[in-house]
Amino acid sequence: MTTKLFGEPVRRREDARLITGRGRYLDDIGTGALAAAFVRSPHAHARITDIDVDAALDVEGLVAVYTYEDLTGPLAEPLPVLIPHPQLHAPRTGYPLANGEVNHVGEPVVMVVATDRYVAEDAAERIVVSYEELPAVVGVDAARAAGSCVHEEIPDNVAARHHQETGDVEPALAAAPHRLSFTQYVERSACMPLEGKGVHARWDADDHSLRVHTSTQASTSVRAAIAAKLQLSLDEVEVIAPDVGGGFGVKIVHPWPEELLVPMAAIALGREVKWTEDRREHFISSAHERQQRQEIGVGFDDDGRITALDVHIWHDNGAYTPYGIIVPIVTATQLVGPYVIPVYRVVVESVYTNTVIVTPYRGAGRPQGCFAMERTMDRIADVLGLDRAVVRERNLIQPAQFPYDHHLTFQDGRPVIYDSGDYPGLLAKLKALVGWDGVDALRDDAEARGKLLGVGMAMYVEGTGPGPYEGGHVQVLGSGKVLVATGLTTQGQGHETSFAQIVASELGVPIEDVEVTTGDTRRFPYAVGTFASRAAVMSGNAIALAARGVREKALRIAADVLEADPGDLEIDHGVVQVRGTPGASIPLRTVAVLSNPLRYAFDEAAKQATQFAVQASNDKPPVTPGDAPGLEHRDYYSPIRSTFASGAHAAIVEIDPATWEIDVVNYAVVHDCGNVVNPMIVEGQVHGGVAQGVGGALYERMAYDADGQLQNASFMDFLMPYASEVPDIVIDHQQTPSPLNPLGIKGAGEAGVIPGSAALASAIEDAVGRRITSMPISPTELYDLVRSPDAERTAASARRTGVRA
Amino acid sequence: MKPAPFRYADPRSVGEVLEVLAAEEGAKVLAGGQSLLPLLSMRLAAPAVLVDLNRVPGLDAVEVDGEGVRVGALVRHAGLLGDHDAARVQPLLARATANVAHPAIRNRGTTVGSIAHADPAGEMTSVLALTGGSVTVASPSGERAVGWRDLFVGPLETSLPGAAVVTSAFFPALPPRSGTAFAEVARRKGDYAVCGAGVVVTLDEDRRVAAVRASYMSVGLVPEVHDLTESVAGSPVEKADWAAAGALARTLVEPDGDLHASADYRRLLVGVLTERTLADAAAEAAAKVTGE
Repeated sequence: MTTKLFGEPVRRREDARLITGRGRYLDDIGTGALAAAFVRSPHAHARITDIDVDAALDVEGLVAVYTYEDLTGPLAEPLPVLIPHPQLHAPRTGYPLANGEVNHVGEPVVMVVATDRYVAEDAAERIVVSYEELPAVVGVDAARAAGSCVHEEIPDNVAARHHQETGDVEPALAAAPHRLSFTQYVERSACMPLEGKGVHARWDADDHSLRVHTSTQASTSVRAAIAAKLQLSLDEVEVIAPDVGGGFGVKIVHPWPEELLVPMAAIALGREVKWTEDRREHFISSAHERQQRQEIGVGFDDDGRITALDVHIWHDNGAYTPYGIIVPIVTATQLVGPYVIPVYRVVVESVYTNTVIVTPYRGAGRPQGCFAMERTMDRIADVLGLDRAVVRERNLIQPAQFPYDHHLTFQDGRPVIYDSGDYPGLLAKLKALVGWDGVDALRDDAEARGKLLGVGMAMYVEGTGPGPYEGGHVQVLGSGKVLVATGLTTQGQGHETSFAQIVASELGVPIEDVEVTTGDTRRFPYAVGTFASRAAVMSGNAIALAARGVREKALRIAADVLEADPGDLEIDHGVVQVRGTPGASIPLRTVAVLSNPLRYAFDEAAKQATQFAVQASNDKPPVTPGDAPGLEHRDYYSPIRSTFASGAHAAIVEIDPATWEIDVVNYAVVHDCGNVVNPMIVEGQVHGGVAQGVGGALYERMAYDADGQLQNASFMDFLMPYASEVPDIVIDHQQTPSPLNPLGIKGAGEAGVIPGSAALASAIEDAVGRRITSMPISPTELYDLVRSPDAERTAASARRTGVRA
Repeated sequence: MKPAPFRYADPRSVGEVLEVLAAEEGAKVLAGGQSLLPLLSMRLAAPAVLVDLNRVPGLDAVEVDGEGVRVGALVRHAGLLGDHDAARVQPLLARATANVAHPAIRNRGTTVGSIAHADPAGEMTSVLALTGGSVTVASPSGERAVGWRDLFVGPLETSLPGAAVVTSAFFPALPPRSGTAFAEVARRKGDYAVCGAGVVVTLDEDRRVAAVRASYMSVGLVPEVHDLTESVAGSPVEKADWAAAGALARTLVEPDGDLHASADYRRLLVGVLTERTLADAAAEAAAKVTGE
């Protein structure tokens, strides 16, 4: 196999199209479509007493107005709880349009359809909704205190109490030579894809079929949801994810109300209808993540080895729980990271608040888990006067311990068994990359320049590629073109390149001949979706298996023609040849023509193929039983459990002690995602993740006031880092292949974001000598911290001052 | 996020502009649109008519003479930033415009528009004040100059009547033996400053500090100029206690807190930025005196 592209930094084939304006995003579709706009709740918690649409009826260009009263059948029922769980004892979901009560600012109440979006907004502005306000529950502490409740019949605001334990934690803690307990917080942020959500629907009354384009991470499931909710047969609905301008998790939630309401209107009106989410809508009616209160108790010995860990987390799930308790479970199970935790107990209480729903955002609970574990490591080091790297080193799972069973149950219901890894290797590489042992010299140099320098690190293990399955279809055409389809979707990850690399390598064809289609239910109807760092693991392996099926069939057909043993054949540059016998060959495209016994000579390819045609036996049918016409194969990959990627980050910060501005001067990443399909794409994923990690650590927060109004619902005040705020990133690689899948790969999509807050909190704490217990942190907050009499001074800082004094 | 309906006028002279403004209740002037259009899209503003200045001839010049720099209403920030004559006569112009947002915004946004918008977070409102500048206002009763103190009434509010348009801004030249500096602390590069400072230091012929003035961004409801001379008056420039000037500045300002900075933090920054910019401005002034 000389057409070996697997593992090469092939340039992304989709980028020329996407960055020169030739992408086809949702809003590029249906230019003549009617436009939908929504009247959304201005209150965090209220009863709707009246909806008066009369004033809107005069607006020229208004086509239709829908309220809850217009919903029928399953549409009038609450939206589904996608992922139920026995410990989610009080699930709640909203309705497509509010049914008498609103539970967060931004909840849809009325849908307006008009000739264009301007007119739709003019009409929406005239609709008067009367409310009776109810007390709002904002923030995890208010929910926990339960002074008032979000849902009347859930007085304690607790939706779920997720609990796992690996032993009897209380006696283990009691027996520990040292104990620490502390509380810390992580704030809300959000995915913020460049392209918001959007839906376009077209109903063909003659064909009785519905075509929906939606900016989603899960087109096959949106299709099923629309069919069920609109009472259509599955074959009457097709759903396509066109080019999607980023997802990061928010578009895995489905069906969004708009994904049902826009098709409903398209059918009712017999017209194309489109809704394109604007940024304000995205802030107040999509999804957020990350807010947690973490109460941590840890026992450890004189060497800093953890003997017991007891974690109680309060997780803000917003107004509803459509995505179940995936994020709490991920926090609970991924918190343990690369460490041996002899006895572990975790309880996550998932609580309702009158704010936007909380569903996975890149990292999906892992950044919080990492923050809990890594800050615990830092505290142990501080108490014992040990190097933070040394404490981590002593607690790491060793390479000989794999497969390593944590005796926990993961988000997919399968055991948390780490398949492979080399965590000491990661740590050694990280220390070398960031110059960990030479930091004191850097600190002195910075001090001479009037700056406070600090370094921090964080390690993580990330369960990636959960099942249940993905599929791939590979077909060679008579033209030589190789069509590849998988059902999961693409939001900019470079699947057109990485999946093509896999097929080119497996099949022995030029990558230029390979065309990849994702997220189109017409091409591949069975799929789960793109989330949980699973696309390369799941569809990558499924596509590889499908390509292997095609290869096997191609060799079988070619062997007949060339009168050779299939085992003596190879495919290279799209030509099947007998190994070591020049001239004994047949183009793969010709094999594709031969694979179909019906060969009308429409084109040159078919004519040429006839010269290779083996005389058919009169004793056999043209298509052998068990065989099929065509050179194609469909296959599925279904893993026994997730594969576990890992990594370690370190950050060096310099802080101006006059302005308390925080400058990240060095950011080092060592990552291990097993065999790498395309190292350039993996590095790009890491860069993007680090950018979001830095954003979550230093810039982004959802600034809700006590009434549940989001104070910074625009890009002027919600501070995503610009390129100028993202540090230069140095990356080192480690490859520990997964034994669980044919390609030996692990997921890489979320890794970069996970340790950001933990590593940066550690670095800032190191620089200023004050305990950081809440992230993100901004200069104004850092100023408050350093002059607060209540701020805890770190022991390391006291020791350093002592040495110098 | 689509604007409410509005009518659009694109007059070809200042006279026609004034006719539309006089005839239409709630008309609003459009120049670069960098502040106005987001307000329209969020329906925070819904003027009945937009009066587009962009086709009015004669408003796009930067005129420089020994007295100062006159900036026409259609001069973009980027144009002023790149004008070396203007920078020579009043260096604060280039130093401040370099801090205005990002290149795409500087390419469209106008300096006069940002002054007429009267945002106390804006750089150019502050520089107009610090330099003792004025604007020329055309109204049906004729043209008149309005000094910066009379112009700014409150956040996003000027003293101009409805039927009036600012046709230019005038920034007086930097006095002799003076140096300037400008600095901001922003959450992200190009954002509105959490706090910004522009300063002018003037020395006497013996290189002693004669005058120190400062103006701040995102501090207070309207641009203010603070005279900090008393803290360092008469000091030889090399020995001037700029920290004392910073300390004085902290006592003179009344900042507010918001999502990005507490009032205390802004006050801290006023002190730090004052001290740092004054040191730079004084060094520049000292070099000029030495060169004389």
